[in-house]
Amino acid sequence: MVSYSELPNPAHNTGDAPTQLEIKLRRKARINSALRYTVLAVIGLIMVYPLIWLVGASFKTNSEMFSSPGFWPSEPTVQGYIDGWKTSTPYTFGHFFLNSLWIIIPKTIGTAISCTLVAYGFARFEFPGKNILFATVIATLLLPNVVTRIPQYLLFRDIGWLDSFLPLWVPSAMAGDAFFVFMVIQFLRAIPRDMEEAARVDGATTLQTLIFIVVPMLMPALISVCLFQFMWTMNDFLGPLIYISSVEKYPVSLALKLSIDTTEAFAWNQILAMSVLALTPSLVVFFMAQKYFIEGISTGGVKG
Amino acid sequence: MAELQLKSLEKTYGNGFKAVHGINLEVKEGEFMVLVGPSGCAKSTTLRMIAGLETVTGGEIRIGDQVVNDLVPGRRGIAMVFQNYALYPHMKVRRNLSFGLRLKRQPKDQIEQSTQVVSNILEIEELLDRLPKQLSGGQAQRVALGRALIKEPDVFLFDEPLSNLDAKLRASMRVRITDLHKRLRSEGRPATVVYVTHDQVEAMTMGDRICVMKDGHIMQVADPATLYERPANAFVAGFIGMPEMNLVPAVLSSNGAARLTLAGQTIMAGPDLTARLQTADGAVTLGIRPQHLEVLEDGAAEAFSGTISNLEFMGHEVNVHARVGDATFVAVVPTERFDTTLQRGDKVGLRPIAARLHLFDPETGENVSLADQNS
Ligand SMILES: Nc1ncnc2c1ncn2[C@@H]1O[C@H](COP(=O)(O)OP(=O)(O)OP(=O)(O)O)[C@@H](O)[C@H]1O
Ligand SMILES: [Mg+2]
Repeated sequence: MVSYSELPNPAHNTGDAPTQLEIKLRRKARINSALRYTVLAVIGLIMVYPLIWLVGASFKTNSEMFSSPGFWPSEPTVQGYIDGWKTSTPYTFGHFFLNSLWIIIPKTIGTAISCTLVAYGFARFEFPGKNILFATVIATLLLPNVVTRIPQYLLFRDIGWLDSFLPLWVPSAMAGDAFFVFMVIQFLRAIPRDMEEAARVDGATTLQTLIFIVVPMLMPALISVCLFQFMWTMNDFLGPLIYISSVEKYPVSLALKLSIDTTEAFAWNQILAMSVLALTPSLVVFFMAQKYFIEGISTGGVKG
Repeated sequence: MAELQLKSLEKTYGNGFKAVHGINLEVKEGEFMVLVGPSGCAKSTTLRMIAGLETVTGGEIRIGDQVVNDLVPGRRGIAMVFQNYALYPHMKVRRNLSFGLRLKRQPKDQIEQSTQVVSNILEIEELLDRLPKQLSGGQAQRVALGRALIKEPDVFLFDEPLSNLDAKLRASMRVRITDLHKRLRSEGRPATVVYVTHDQVEAMTMGDRICVMKDGHIMQVADPATLYERPANAFVAGFIGMPEMNLVPAVLSSNGAARLTLAGQTIMAGPDLTARLQTADGAVTLGIRPQHLEVLEDGAAEAFSGTISNLEFMGHEVNVHARVGDATFVAVVPTERFDTTLQRGDKVGLRPIAARLHLFDPETGENVSLADQNS
């Protein structure tokens, strides 16, 4: 992109004093970019303000919460965190974090493995009924989740999986998330097959080709899949709400809601403090893997 | 090291397109066979069937005395070099080279030694710890070559390995590959090679024998000299040689001696051609290479009279384009023998060297002037 600010490049007129026109252009460019950045900053601030307020408010006392509009606490306190962590249940918030992890990790690993297998099959092999099967996968992508909730619930109830993590793990571990399958397929399609053929000539079996050649090339896509799955599962409220009934097994999302339910006068500072904590894992993971993540969703990981 | 045989090999793709029409080909042990032909003539398809990357839908492939139709590529004793190198992008050169050996669970020190030997031959020792994306095209292709070499396969398969390189590099890689082939032969472990290219220079300079293909058929299999001097049909005649052989419709009438008529002009073709003829009088396709067409002054004996339509100065030679009736001939004249006063529009005499004249059946394209020699 060429912008005004790049035009009067001093390298182009080495030594010469800037002409009248150049000075004018330069000033115009400076005003332009100042304007641009101000607008962007204001809009950005408006967008993150709720988040800033959330963090600030989590250090307020409960009584200050709605009395002062600013986000800066007048007497910062971590009491909200201490009380919130204890919760009104026999368990600490740490217990719920562990529950969340215990849901997320198997689910994410299962998703990565199953999506890779299914996508590899669709992207690289010809088999009878492939088109119909692929159409089915894409169709489930378009299907609203709500539609399948009740049949799924009944199914899992009949198998006897209610109040366990199985209904949360199993569908994903069987490549139930069509979106991820689709994402990996698209990524695979952009990778030339020659490397896989070379591996076959080198004597690799289909599985060896997948593990040693395809998976390493798929890494950016797989990291995105894991990230998405991590964040979505962390934030998933409805799934655990439907299938998990004992407090002992609640993940963070339900535990947050729990503190609203059981307290008569809402301890907002505790809720906000725990919300801040609930946000951190996703944020940390995202920033750690940001580079791969962006590479992965901007499909086509092959460079010349 | 083993010989390779294709017997009535056929390929029909999933969409019903028949790419290979029952070809028969025998590549002897240690032979360098080049498959050449225009784009889409199924060279790659044939090679990929030999490699086991495409299923065989008819006929048989033998390597040594084993039918390999249903063997997976890894079991066929082959190695393949791809046009775009197909190096494993996430592995260092060293691991790229040894991938096949590691799959076979060869002992570590043996792998290390083979890697050393191969990288030494191909002069890629300094590159061993680089990733493929840190290599130039020529280096990458050398690594790809090494990856094939290290497996000591029975049959080497190449699919246009040089077409991504620039002209200079291509020439040096060409020499490198043929040298390697000779070296293996002299070391007593001759390598059978099938080399696909659409470049006739590569074909002529590298092949022990050349297999010319067209639309999934084999047109001729022969050594380069035979292919050039005794093309079996008009297609091979036109495909091999630069500039292309002149192929012009003419009428043959032989009463005692063969005569050729073209655009109302008749020349005596000489006793040599008469002796070689295998056809009755009538329409033929006259074939004469530009190098075998003499440019004389107009009215010279036994020459067609034509009008120069274009002159191309090539440095050491001049291409003379001349029209005779509706037909255009190209003649190549060495610069030192070229009459520099000639200009576009001038009349000249064009005399084919009778011994180098070919006649083809206009319908089948078959060469009908090969009879005298033992074929
Ligand atoms: N997967 C496929 N399905 C259907 N037809 C195919 C397939 N692959 C190749 N073909 C067809 O088979 C014919 C031979 O293709 P092939 O790739 O073998 O040609 P080629 O001689 O290698 O050409 P080039 O010099 O351009 O590489 C072509 O007409 C092509 O369109
Ligand atoms: Mg090809």
